[in-house]
Amino acid sequence: MKRRNLLASGVAAAALATMGLPALAQNKTKVGFVYVGPVGDGGWTYEHDQARQAVEAEFGDAVETVFVESVPEGPDAERVMTQMALDGADLIFTTSFGYMDPTINVAAKFPDVKFEHATGYKQADNVSVYSARFYEGRAVQGYIAGSMTKSNIIGYIGSFPIPEVIRGINAAYIQAKKVNPDVEFKIVWAYTWFDPAKEAEAATVLIEQGADVILQHTDSTAPQAAAQAAGNVITFGQASDMAEFAPMPRVSSIIDNWAPYYIARTKAVMDGTWTSTSTWDGIGAGMVGIGEISDAVPAEVKAGAEAMRDAIAAGEMHPFTGPLNKQDGSAWLADGETADDGTLAGLNFYVEGIVGDIPQ
Amino acid sequence: MLMLEKRSNPSRGWTYASPIVAVILTMILGGIVFAILGKPPLETIRTIFFDPLFSEFAWFYRPQLLIKGAPLVLIAIGLSFGFRAGVWNIGAEGQYIMGALGAAAVGLAFYPTDSWIVFPLMIIAGTLSGILWAMIPAVLRVKFKTNEILVSLMLVYVAERFAASMALGAMRNPDGMGFPGSRNLSQYPSAANLEIFAGSGMHWGVVAAFIAVIFAYVTLSRHILGFQVRLAGQSPRAAAFAGVNPARLILICLGISGGLAGMAGMFEVAGPLGQVNVGFNVGYGFTAIIVAFLGRLHPVGILLAGGLMALTYIGGEIAQSNLGLPSAAIQLLQGMLLFILLMVDVLANYRIRFAAGEK
Repeated sequence: MKRRNLLASGVAAAALATMGLPALAQNKTKVGFVYVGPVGDGGWTYEHDQARQAVEAEFGDAVETVFVESVPEGPDAERVMTQMALDGADLIFTTSFGYMDPTINVAAKFPDVKFEHATGYKQADNVSVYSARFYEGRAVQGYIAGSMTKSNIIGYIGSFPIPEVIRGINAAYIQAKKVNPDVEFKIVWAYTWFDPAKEAEAATVLIEQGADVILQHTDSTAPQAAAQAAGNVITFGQASDMAEFAPMPRVSSIIDNWAPYYIARTKAVMDGTWTSTSTWDGIGAGMVGIGEISDAVPAEVKAGAEAMRDAIAAGEMHPFTGPLNKQDGSAWLADGETADDGTLAGLNFYVEGIVGDIPQ
Repeated sequence: MLMLEKRSNPSRGWTYASPIVAVILTMILGGIVFAILGKPPLETIRTIFFDPLFSEFAWFYRPQLLIKGAPLVLIAIGLSFGFRAGVWNIGAEGQYIMGALGAAAVGLAFYPTDSWIVFPLMIIAGTLSGILWAMIPAVLRVKFKTNEILVSLMLVYVAERFAASMALGAMRNPDGMGFPGSRNLSQYPSAANLEIFAGSGMHWGVVAAFIAVIFAYVTLSRHILGFQVRLAGQSPRAAAFAGVNPARLILICLGISGGLAGMAGMFEVAGPLGQVNVGFNVGYGFTAIIVAFLGRLHPVGILLAGGLMALTYIGGEIAQSNLGLPSAAIQLLQGMLLFILLMVDVLANYRIRFAAGEK
């Protein structure tokens, strides 16, 4: 009995794989979201969910959105995506790097369903990739951090040593160093995107080592709370504004704003104009927002930061502009040369002046 | 004042009935929780417990039950030996990680050689890695009387760090654009743990889980080792008189549980998961503890309990997506299941008495 069931389901799966899923008659466009964290994380997943709600608000009854939160990267993600596709989703956003291979696998089985994978690099006919140039925001943070530090020690909570995070560290360091040649970065790797306990511990360690600015590439507000408890330490909101910690310790923030992109892509599916694309937008396109710079920042620093923000948005300034050397002293970018996207996408080295090794 | 009084003669039927009663009670209480959350209780319970088996897309979910349940059953079977004998291996998660790493190391070392020998070697490497990792708490307990609960649990965190370092260093995919994570072993035919029949969910880990159930059943009911394990758990003094060597038993119990957890890690990393990555473990080693107790430490019970846990995971995801249930509510339901089972057990073995405040 069991065996027959198994064989029967094998046949069904084979049929599915060859024919694709018959288009279900429906009038609503169904959009699915797979989240790596809880929607209440206050950071990464929270902002994706805000954008999901923006899609609902934009199209009202014409769309239906569904989501599953805290999905581990691996077979569980593949199952969740398949389940959404089976239930008639037309478009599925998979919002974590680790969903890359599962997205490609499931997309191959459902050629009629469109997939959008965040922060990855594998595309297919029905898989687009998108990410944000968070490093543009990091440059502005680095400028404020370098201008405001008194101890000249800036603490940085890294999540994982991947190109995105290393780009952020470099971008912040370059601008901090420019305004304050004595600045020093202390980097702690938390090996998590979201773990309030670990993040608080990392922030506390950095503060004890003399850091009076904390930059974080992790998503919880725990470092903000640790800085608040320590007093006289400034922080920046990560992924979402974290405005509840303004004006001190949070003096500004990088806000991921996925809503315009999600709305545009949903519209494209509704209009039948969706094609597979690779998007990497920054401040200019509105995908990266700089949260309000609070009054704790001196007026001239605030003006300088806003000028930098506007210059980056207008394309007049690139955060990675030469002359820049790699950490080992070898030349990277000549005077006036800017880094190309290919190098940035796979960035795996520090620029000259940063102390410490990237964990291997 | 409430008092618990041991029943002189607990009914045998309750041993088998209590898990079923616990599941039904969990459904009822879970339904109340869902209703408070503003979800339709009956529909939610149906979605979680029945849709994976009987809905329109059950042909997809049923194989998924095997994929999700196999590592749980494999690990829980191993744990049940120790738990029966009073050897508490709480660190199966760490042994699972080390098994996956050991197997991946062999697979990646052979890449891209095409040979049938790779897969069996990976099974051996995964199992041995799990055993070796479990031998640390075992030897420390035997030699120095350390507490194996603490040591095995702490070693989980060591294993997690080791996995992160492997994913970022030695095992990192050279073609991975600088991102962490190994090559995908499921895309390397000689190492891949693929489905034996396409779409059936039946990969070699599922086969191993079924074999482990049979092996455990025979060992526990027919073999002298099974007798010793049961005796040591029920009455250590009697076991000592019967000539059971406690040190040997600790080594064997931790070895079996470590080996099976390592094997589960191997099948996972070569198949459904495919690669070593930072934080690739998703808690099978811990969930298996619930599975072992829910299954009464009995092989067949564990098989059923593993299926039930897999059901709540898969049904829980469907309920999230279709009904907007928060994932925390699913975790709550899974926790309630064990809690209620323990409660029912207490009521089966003890009688509640209302005693006047005696001093």
